[in-house]
Amino acid sequence: MDAPQTGEFAHIGKSVVIKGELSGSEDLYVDGSVEGKIELRNHSLTVGPNGNVKADVTAKAVVIQGKLDGTVNASDRVELRKSAVVTGDVTTQRIAIEEGAFLKGKVDIQKEAGKSGSASS
Amino acid sequence: MKFFRSSSKPTAAAAVPQKRTRRSSGMAEISRLLNSNSGDGLCVLDLGSTSANNIRFFTDKGHKNYSEDLLRSSLDPALRIQDSEGNWVVDSKTFISENLVYENAQFDVVLCWNLPDYMEESLVKPTIDRLWSVMKPGGLLLAFFHTRDAGPDSMCYRYHVTGTDVLEMQEVKFALPGRPASDKQSPRLQRVFNNRHIENLFRDFASIKFFLARDAIREVLVVR
Repeated sequence: MDAPQTGEFAHIGKSVVIKGELSGSEDLYVDGSVEGKIELRNHSLTVGPNGNVKADVTAKAVVIQGKLDGTVNASDRVELRKSAVVTGDVTTQRIAIEEGAFLKGKVDIQKEAGKSGSASS
Repeated sequence: MKFFRSSSKPTAAAAVPQKRTRRSSGMAEISRLLNSNSGDGLCVLDLGSTSANNIRFFTDKGHKNYSEDLLRSSLDPALRIQDSEGNWVVDSKTFISENLVYENAQFDVVLCWNLPDYMEESLVKPTIDRLWSVMKPGGLLLAFFHTRDAGPDSMCYRYHVTGTDVLEMQEVKFALPGRPASDKQSPRLQRVFNNRHIENLFRDFASIKFFLARDAIREVLVVR
């Protein structure tokens, strides 16, 4: 996934360092460093290839290309791209993991009512 | 000590990781255990390269899946230290303090795949000892070992569980430290364990069962 158009996403560039709690009602692209907590609920978080997130994350969808250290709670899906390095537990309905991605932690696939969870390579 | 196979110019064929399948008697026994559980679900620790297939296979049956790519973690350049004689060695104490950090007796099933064959020698025994601690009594551990027929360039595989006793094998390649991400190499087979070595390695466990196969791989199913 290429970096999104900044008009569609809130964008944290690679030279930006944030410590604290981030919450919002729009999609977020992080290519810098965030330490703390990220809460987006009905929106998506993308950690870019230069992104370094040390935070517990709650979002609808989480796409990771860089580093993430913390728990991930995604109500819809999680995608680990080939350069992803994730340390922490992941809870989601669907997960996709590209070859080369690194995950250290528990994966809990929550089943949507009437459907079964899924994971794909 | 060489951790990676000899470098060669990449070819079109080498650019695409090869996939093979194998029937696994050890996996069949683990599947029997997974299928017979009707309670809260078992705790499974997968020590191979992260595989969505495996996550799906275990979580679809209601079990809990933990992933930890221990071979990749063991290749972290930060673990290389110089001993008192100036030789570069792997810091096994730091490795064990940073990896396999779980509660005692947490796991019912541990999938080691071919980890002991490719891991630095000083890490193998401490890793198996730690696995003994984090496994429940009666839990199962599956590991694959090359036989003497295997050469040093035997491929290291990522194992995807695709059926009750069927594994898809995909060659593992890692980017070398300080080199471009596109410059990836397969880990090198570090040693060949004979049966006596394997029995010694798992001597604290309750029992051990060997399955011989035709592809120079010996499957070992160990009961904690």
